Amino acid sequence: MRIELTYKKPELDGRISRTRRELSAAGMNAPASLQIVDVYLIEGIDLDPPVYRRIFQDPVVQDFFFDLPACGAGENEKWNWAVEVSWKPGVTDQTALTAREAVAAEMPGKMLPETAVLQTARQYLIYDDSTEKMEIEAFARALFNPLIQRAEIISVHDWDKGKRFPRIYPHTLAESPKEIERIDVASMDIEELDELSRSRLLALSSDEMRAIRAYYQNTETRNERSKTGIGRQATDVELEMLAQTWSEHCKHKIFQAYIDYQEGDHRQTIDSLFRTYISATTDAVSEQAPYIRSVFHDNSGVIDFDSDHLICFKAETHNSPSALDPYGGAITGIVGVNRDILGTGKGAKPIFNTNVLCFGPPDLPREEMPEGLMHPRRIMEGVHRGIIDGGNQSGIPVVAGGFLFDESYLGKPLVFCGTGGIMPASIGGESSWIKHIDPGDMAIMLGGRIGKDGIHGATFSSLALDEASPVSAVQIGDPITQKKMIDFLLEARDRGLYKGITDNGAGGLSSSLGEMAEEAGGIRIYLDRCPLKYPGLAPWEILVSESQERMSLSVAPEKLESFLELARRRDVEATVVGEFTDSEQVEVFYSDQLVGALSLQFLHHGLPRMQLKARWKPPKRNHESVPQGSPADYRRWTLDLLSQPNIASKERLVRQYDHEVQGQSVTGPFAGKKSTGPSDGAVIRPLSGSRRGAVISHGIAPRYGDIDTYAMAACSVDEALRAIVAGGGDPDQVSALDNFCWPDPVESPDNPDGSYKLAQLVRAARGLFDSCVDYGIPLISGKDSMKNDAVTGNKKISVRPTLLISMIGIIEDVCKSVSTDFKQEGDIIYLIGETGEDLGGSSLEALHQSCYAQVPVPRPNQAMETYRSLHAAMQKGLISSAHDLADGGLAVALAESCIGGENGCKIDIEHVPGNGGRTTEKKLSTSAVLFSETPSRLLVSLPPNQEEEFIEVLGNQATRLGTVESGQTLQVDRDGTEVMSLCLEEARQSFDKPRGDVW
Amino acid sequence: MVNCCILTGYGINADRELADAFVRAGAETASIHVQDLIENARLLDSFHILAFPGGFSFGDHLGSGKVLANLFRRNLKEDLDRFVASGKAVIGICNGFQALVKMGLLPNLAGNWEQEVSLVHNDHGLFEDRWVPLVFPSDSNSLWTKGLKETELPIRNGEGRFVVRSGDISRGLRDKGLVAVQYRKNPNGSLEDIAGISDPSGRILGLMPHPEAFIRAEEHPSWNQREPSPHEPSGLSLIKNGVLYAADRFGV
Repeated sequence: MRIELTYKKPELDGRISRTRRELSAAGMNAPASLQIVDVYLIEGIDLDPPVYRRIFQDPVVQDFFFDLPACGAGENEKWNWAVEVSWKPGVTDQTALTAREAVAAEMPGKMLPETAVLQTARQYLIYDDSTEKMEIEAFARALFNPLIQRAEIISVHDWDKGKRFPRIYPHTLAESPKEIERIDVASMDIEELDELSRSRLLALSSDEMRAIRAYYQNTETRNERSKTGIGRQATDVELEMLAQTWSEHCKHKIFQAYIDYQEGDHRQTIDSLFRTYISATTDAVSEQAPYIRSVFHDNSGVIDFDSDHLICFKAETHNSPSALDPYGGAITGIVGVNRDILGTGKGAKPIFNTNVLCFGPPDLPREEMPEGLMHPRRIMEGVHRGIIDGGNQSGIPVVAGGFLFDESYLGKPLVFCGTGGIMPASIGGESSWIKHIDPGDMAIMLGGRIGKDGIHGATFSSLALDEASPVSAVQIGDPITQKKMIDFLLEARDRGLYKGITDNGAGGLSSSLGEMAEEAGGIRIYLDRCPLKYPGLAPWEILVSESQERMSLSVAPEKLESFLELARRRDVEATVVGEFTDSEQVEVFYSDQLVGALSLQFLHHGLPRMQLKARWKPPKRNHESVPQGSPADYRRWTLDLLSQPNIASKERLVRQYDHEVQGQSVTGPFAGKKSTGPSDGAVIRPLSGSRRGAVISHGIAPRYGDIDTYAMAACSVDEALRAIVAGGGDPDQVSALDNFCWPDPVESPDNPDGSYKLAQLVRAARGLFDSCVDYGIPLISGKDSMKNDAVTGNKKISVRPTLLISMIGIIEDVCKSVSTDFKQEGDIIYLIGETGEDLGGSSLEALHQSCYAQVPVPRPNQAMETYRSLHAAMQKGLISSAHDLADGGLAVALAESCIGGENGCKIDIEHVPGNGGRTTEKKLSTSAVLFSETPSRLLVSLPPNQEEEFIEVLGNQATRLGTVESGQTLQVDRDGTEVMSLCLEEARQSFDKPRGDVW
Repeated sequence: MVNCCILTGYGINADRELADAFVRAGAETASIHVQDLIENARLLDSFHILAFPGGFSFGDHLGSGKVLANLFRRNLKEDLDRFVASGKAVIGICNGFQALVKMGLLPNLAGNWEQEVSLVHNDHGLFEDRWVPLVFPSDSNSLWTKGLKETELPIRNGEGRFVVRSGDISRGLRDKGLVAVQYRKNPNGSLEDIAGISDPSGRILGLMPHPEAFIRAEEHPSWNQREPSPHEPSGLSLIKNGVLYAADRFGV
């Protein structure tokens, strides 16, 4: 049966203007007129039409059609084409899930019959008689993603001949065989092992397959296996579990590898990048950072917020899924990292999201697009919508982040999703960051059901993307199912109903229960008890499926009943799927039969470490000298920079995120009288009764990596830190997350420059270590994604090595924070820090498509001194505005502070100090002063009556530039002679240029 | 003390800050899961105010507030009627407003819970988070907006466009003074710039802007411009009106 709804007046359907924009993002001309019909397809449910009407219709604005096509009715008859987009079987359809719930509420016993099918579809009626068949097909392609959806097209001509849309779409998936496959791994030779890894998509190397073979050959294993009766052969369940647990995604094999590193004459072996540079950072600064609670081993990093509360923070990437299905990939990324917070310690409440989204150039001409890839605008449209729905529907504000455009992201977008959470420092009389999983505890799966979605996600993300990439890797998150689960979990947590918790992400139950088993000392898992979305999953698929919105918990037997009862009342499905043991084994059962048995020791510690080669030599670049221009040139360059997608205002995009829900916002994404200036980071006040706050910021600078990833990493740390300081955060109370997204750094015939990319990784890790140690910043959590290459045809597109630093700092009193906009005429403008001729890798370099020599490198000790002084000045309330200098240097920062403040300025740059110190003889070039991206610099303004005290605090770290003017001109002189002048209005227009046109 | 019931569950998400606003306004609050209320409607008796916070109840998948509205119509209609008839007050914000409208409790001109108005997709088709200037019409019958003239509050929605079933309804709204909040500059195509309405009793208010988002000066996006305003944040004033009314009416 079909239920269809249309708006009585098409102009009341605001989705039409959105659809038009989606079409234009896909490079299509929207048809003359367009109407949307919402379709519900129902089978196996018997309710009266008035009940359906009550469930689905908004009687004020919608017409309701019961088993009668809307497009055949009255007004709608003038259409030329009808396109109906529906979901492929097995794909998460969020609306259908809610519709099932709403229909069930009307059924006796509030239950749907087992056989009930409920689907949704969206029909587009196109009124345009000039449109040809070809065009309509292209049009349809712009409205759906063939990986997850299907579209049916009917012309009015065919309609008149009686053609109709289906009464129900196919809804069953091919059933997988439920028999356990047994593989004689022990007697395989290496070719057979490799073939096994390939054909089963295990993504394991020859060495790893050898280790698995050795395990099955081992006498002890054989004896044990013959005792339990599972037999000497490996089962598919075991191999899949090993592949998930040992995936790059879960085990970070490259960060754990032995690396033979050579740089000139210097050669060394690095025994794990993670230990040598990442955890070593935190060890080195732990004394300076007594606020660290739990780092690296839990699902997120945990720090003190105040004496009664802890904050946790984590960022993930979801790149490969977003390349395939931008919407599903992004929404899954965001709800996935939310679960990391929920699964930290005894469970924290997510209070903010962050995201940094990297795409190819949004204005790239379509004819320049490589075959087989989606245009960046389309990827961006989908990812952006995923982030919007993921955050907004969960009630978690997006407080900070950014968009970054670079041609190297054409193949794979980078989708960094971060979440912060809060929990009481103590729960049930114990530190909240400690969790318990003990033998005898029940293993519970909570939340969504298991389907075939996301099977092999963890192994898939460890492979390069090509045209044959599996569609089963796609998942679509459902924030509302998860929101219900979050509410339930926090209630259950506070009532002490569970002991341990972790999220189901990559690798599904295999990873979550596998990890928890390590804590307890063993587990028995009963796969046939796991609730499924539909029948037909093989046992191994149940174990590794990455179906969303699920958590795994340990519950004490005596609390089980209360736990399950509360879950029932909150409409959250909870199922006992196993029990924790002390057997030192993971034992997996299906229909009372043992189908998998692996030693915990082997599962978690049997992975052989990789041996990799890294060779560094400075890249060859033909450096050009930095051009010096006329005042007209400087003006043009500044305006051009302001309109670059990387710098221009993202207001239109960011306003679509709820950035204020939960009522904590102090500094939002915008600054100034009319909120038109950009902020450097966010300030939130998580606790309503306290003025203590958190400042959140990011640093990312992939272009610097063209010259040296060491500098790139160090500059990213500084960028995030100075944004924290600009927002009012205490530079001595910050913590950082590192997220590396790299092109494949393992050398092979297909990847001849792998050893250079690995050397870039080594240098980046080193830059991160050195700068964090110098600044005293602990790394509290991190993640890496190592195969960000896309192969299309014969061409490989690899991302620029990219490191995102996400930072969180403490501000004692949020009312001491300042924004980036100039506040008032007459305020004095100061530049903090020293400037170098650092234009290598800069925005100006990108604008001019040139190659300049010098990449900036921070000087942490000097910078820290400056940051502390500036923070002290802010604590005294001496400063009215602070804005960090980043992309585009002083010229851009100055323009942004003026745009936000809606005023002009008059400055003289003659006395801007070079970073050779104040005594340097060599004068800085004007290009450098205006556009150099030397780190550790900020632009501040203050009222004249506080200047004296300000100077006392800052000393010679601040240089007086000039004043804020009421006029509408940004006037820049050098020693009294004009070097640049632009009017505020043209700056504003440039800053806003991509709006409407590019996004 | 005035006791306020803050609804939670099923995707409601602005409950915590609304509770905070009521506490600042001098009330006591309890967060009650919709399911618990359905199971035991008597819970309502101990409250003087019922608040429907913002959020995305049931994902807004079948239309904003629609599924939540049906839950109330089906399970709590009489209880809600009794609650309102006894002089108690109701507020619905954003998704809460959408739910009140779709269950027919607002504006309820005919008194029979028939849906008379709606909130549909914004004309630009997007979710938008933006602070907007608002005016409170002086002829409004709402106890919640009494004495308020104008303010700025954030709107944070994708379906905030106010529409009516017919011209009769909009006349009814005007004639009875039920237009409680209007946009100074229409952000989404709402009929007659309407941002919030009340019922004929003046005790039920629904509005798209978020008063609970402006209960401290520094929540305003340009709070750190030089001159701090001497006035109490207007979101708090609105909530206080409800609490003062209930305190007075019920002598608590």
